[in-house]
Formats: sequence, structure tokens, C-alpha cells
Amino acid sequence: MSAVATAGPAAPAGSGGRRRRGRWNAPLVAGLILFGLIVALALCAPLLTSQDPIKQNLQAAFLDPGAKGHLLGTDALGRDVLARLLYGARVDLRVGVVAVISPLIIGSLIGLVAGWFGGWVDAVIGRIVDMVIAFPFLVLVIALVFAMGPGTTSIYVAVTLVGWVAYCRIVRGQVLVAKEQEYAMAARASGLPTWRILLRHLLPNVVLQAIIFSMSDIVLTLLAIVTLGFLGLGVPPPTPDWGTMIQEGQQFILTKWYMATIPGLAVVVTGLALALIADGIVEKANQ
Amino acid sequence: MRYLVYVLKRVVSLIPVLLGISFIVFFLIRLIPGDPAATLLGVHATPEAVKELRDQMGLEKPLLSQYLTFLGHLLQGNLGFSYVYNSSVLGLIGTSLPVTIWLLVSGTFFTLLIAVPLAVLAAARRNGVADNIIRAVPVVGLGLPAFLLGIVLILVFGLKLGWFPVGGYGDSLAEHLRGIVLPGVTVALTLAPIVIRSLRASMIEVLSSDYIVTAHSKGISTARVVLGHALRNAAVSSVTVLGVNIAYLTGSTLVVERVFSLPGIGQQMINSIFGRDFPTVQGITLVFAIMVVVVNLLTDVAHSALDPRVQLT
Repeated sequence: MSAVATAGPAAPAGSGGRRRRGRWNAPLVAGLILFGLIVALALCAPLLTSQDPIKQNLQAAFLDPGAKGHLLGTDALGRDVLARLLYGARVDLRVGVVAVISPLIIGSLIGLVAGWFGGWVDAVIGRIVDMVIAFPFLVLVIALVFAMGPGTTSIYVAVTLVGWVAYCRIVRGQVLVAKEQEYAMAARASGLPTWRILLRHLLPNVVLQAIIFSMSDIVLTLLAIVTLGFLGLGVPPPTPDWGTMIQEGQQFILTKWYMATIPGLAVVVTGLALALIADGIVEKANQ
Repeated sequence: MRYLVYVLKRVVSLIPVLLGISFIVFFLIRLIPGDPAATLLGVHATPEAVKELRDQMGLEKPLLSQYLTFLGHLLQGNLGFSYVYNSSVLGLIGTSLPVTIWLLVSGTFFTLLIAVPLAVLAAARRNGVADNIIRAVPVVGLGLPAFLLGIVLILVFGLKLGWFPVGGYGDSLAEHLRGIVLPGVTVALTLAPIVIRSLRASMIEVLSSDYIVTAHSKGISTARVVLGHALRNAAVSSVTVLGVNIAYLTGSTLVVERVFSLPGIGQQMINSIFGRDFPTVQGITLVFAIMVVVVNLLTDVAHSALDPRVQLT
């Protein structure tokens, strides 16, 4: 999680009165177009191929790309690679995006509480954050998935349990600044209930940085999910998943190099699209 | 003396974190549905053995006292016993940890080898062609999974060119050195983009400061100003970035070891997962966390040693 640099402090929401010229920058546009294309391909999977991604046909195994009815060939079990690639995109993108939303929400709320109340609440939360951060992200996720048993639910829970700390830190830092500002003090002075100050007044102003970070976090989460698949700990078979496809293809890399390369390219292009979006958003926020 | 006190203070401040880590690792095993003792012993365990381990782990006692027992064992260096390998977990880790440390060291070495020249080049010729290309690299690198890089390197340098072994660690020092190059480069290629980004930024900041202008005006050559005067100062802040990311990357050594069949603790962890060897998975998770804590400590110490302005508190 810590591998991605976050943007510097942003202006409070609603303070930007003047229009900026560079609303869209090149990385953002390129990333959005590329990512939109990938999502469209995933959504239109049933229209693009009539093949079943999990149907095995051992008599048609190891077909080269371009074979009749199999544009990208077939894998060791005779399953259509194109179909697995497209349906795999659905699985990996869904898991990747969903797995970022709950750490974003939970981490932001905890960070909000820690920053606002300070004192022992902050100290306790801070200690817990230190503990979780001490573990390499992937190691703890793998250990948790192992303990809870394979499956998408385990992946969601594991990524949430490990991933919230980054958001907590970001939002806490923002709250420490925001709570000294006039609007926050005014809200406090007017006797509003605490939850209302936090959720209605503070949250919209501090959550931007967390959302920006979540964009690069999606890249890392997607990579983590693909890596889990590659290690055989991801979405359980026969559900198509890019990581599993790469792992299966690696065994035949000497004779059929494209078996690992095709899903590998899919990962790289998707990762690039998301990284471009993240980069573009950070650039936009820093303007 | 003041410095020694600082280091000691930092070490003492790690105790709560280490306690917390042990607490998380302790709870990891409680997440498994069913009886932890039965899980530890595996499917072929006899009821007597399960009963004995239950007593030994103190599963009948309250959770806190269970944790204290666990902690007591840890302090004695007892990480449990692997029934799959029929060996103490500490012994298993002892044989595989050097490989992982080797991988981290070579990864760091290659990272510096790649990142420092590129960052210096980019900063010295700011907004030039090289700078623009180098700035694009991190964006591409971010979305690149380590295992994929590894496979590509194996394909090109292992299979096609035959320069390096496709996997394994060998038996002699020469074989170790040859075997660690591709995995080290794989780690470096995932780490370098981040380091380049930070080093470039701090180089640019340093290059625009007054003392650099003075150095230029004294007629010192550009190369000497950049390498002799600016790099040292710019490197200080990048040490922290490097440290934070080495800590982060200890996780990806797990994947890299898998791709290159290196017998390190990451590979051991994956094998133990498939063998449902819980004590080993637990022990390695703990060791990984301790490695991160140690790397962070070393980073702080190195940072304060390099930069006399850092407050030693």
C-alpha cells in the first residue's frame, strides 16, 4: 500500500471558485479511454464470444491462436482462451473494485474518528495501524485468505482487514488540519451532534485524498488478486481469472509461450489504464 | 553517545509494535473455523494427539492466558513445530531465511544501479526527452505484476539467451550469485520506478537551491556539481522512500521466489499453505513482519546518520 506516493494536501472542497484550464490531462484521458474499453469488453463478453469459459474439451486442447472457432486458441483443458480472458476480466475487475470500496469506507471512518477525537482514541487506533502496517501487504492477505479458506469473500475480508490502514492514515491527517478551520469550529460551536459534524461537514472535505489514493490502490489490489490467482490462492477454479491463467500457462512456456503471455498482457494493459487514471487524478488534484 | 541513545530509544519503541504483531499472528490461527489444535495437526491426527496439543496450547484457558503462553514460547524462540516437515518451525525458517535476505540485498543493489543514474539524468536534463521517458516509466511499472516480469526475464535471459539459470539457487557461491541475478533484477524493476520518482523530485529541489548556484558560479563542472554536491543531499530523503518500499517489497519476494523456485521463506510459506502446515505459515508471517520492522529501523538509523539535521529524539 505504501508503494504509491499520494498527492499533497488539497484545498477544501467547494473552495475552488476559479475554473482551471487543464481540467483533463493526457494521462487521465488515455487511462479512462483504455479502462472504458476493457470494461466494455468485459461487459460484452457474451456478445463477443459464443464459447463457454469453463467448458472443457480435451480433444481440442492446446490449439494455437487463430484456430477455427478459437481466436486466441485453447488451454490445456481445451477451454477457449478468449472466453476465459473476457469472463476473467469480469471476475478480476469486480473483485478488484469491490475490494477497494470497503477499506476506503471503513478506513476513512476510522481515520475521521481518530483525527477528530484525538487523545486515547487516536493513540489506540494509531497503535493498531502500526501493527497492521508492520506486515507486508501481500503476506498478511495471503495468511488471512489461507486462514479463512479460499474464495472471493475471504479476499474481500482479507483486503479490507489489511487495506483500511492506508485510508485511516490519510483521512486522519486531513482531519487534523480541517478541524482547526473555521467551518469546523463553527459547526462545533453551533452545537450540532458530533456524528453530524463528522459526516456532513468534515467528511466531504477530507475524503478527497482518500479517494485519490483509492485509484492507485485499485491497481495494487488488482495486482494482489492476480498474484493470489497465480499462487493458486485466488478465485477458486473453474472460475476464469487472469492470475490462474498465467500460472497455468507458465507450465507450457517453452512450447506455448502465448498461453501465459496473453493473460499477462491483459493484466499489464489493465494495470497501465488504472495507473494512468490514478496519475492523471493526482496531477489534477495538485494543479 | 547521543546517537547510541537514539538508536536504543528507537529499539525500545519497537516493543509495542512487536507485541502487536505477535497478537495478530496469534489471532490468525483463531480465524480458522473449527478446533485450532486439530487444524495444526492436520487431517491424520489422532484424537489423543489433538487432546495433548489442546492442553499444551492451553485452549481450555481464557484467551489472554493463551496469548501469554504463545508469547512465552516466542520469547524462547519457540515458533512451534511443523508436523508436515517434522521439524521445528524455527529450524525451517533458519534454512530458508538467508535466501530471502540475499534476494532483498540483491534487489536493493540492482534498484540503486538502475534508479540512481536514471534519476540523476532526468533531473539534470529536466523536461528533456530523457526526462519525459523516465517519468513515464513509473506509470507503466506500477501496473506490472512482479511475477509477470519474472516470467518475461526467464523467457528472455534464461531460455532464449541462456545467460542465467531459469530457477533454483544452486549449491555453491558462484551458483548462488548467478541464480540471484534475475530474481534480484525482477525485484529491482518493481522497486526502481518508485525510487526514481522520489530521487528525481528531490534532485530537482536540491539543484535549484542556492549552494548549487554558488557551486556553478565558482566554475565547477556540471557533472561535479550534480554528482558531488547535489546527489548526496538528494539521496538523504530517498533513503526513507527506499526503506519504506523495501519493507513493502518483502511481500513480493514471496512471489519472486515462487517464480524462480528460490528456496526462501516466501516459497516455504506457499508450500506450507498447500500442505496446510499452519505453524509454519504462522511463523513465517511473523518473521516477515519482523523483517519489515527491522528494515524500517535501519532506514531511520541510516537517515539520521546521513542527515545531521534530523532531530535525535
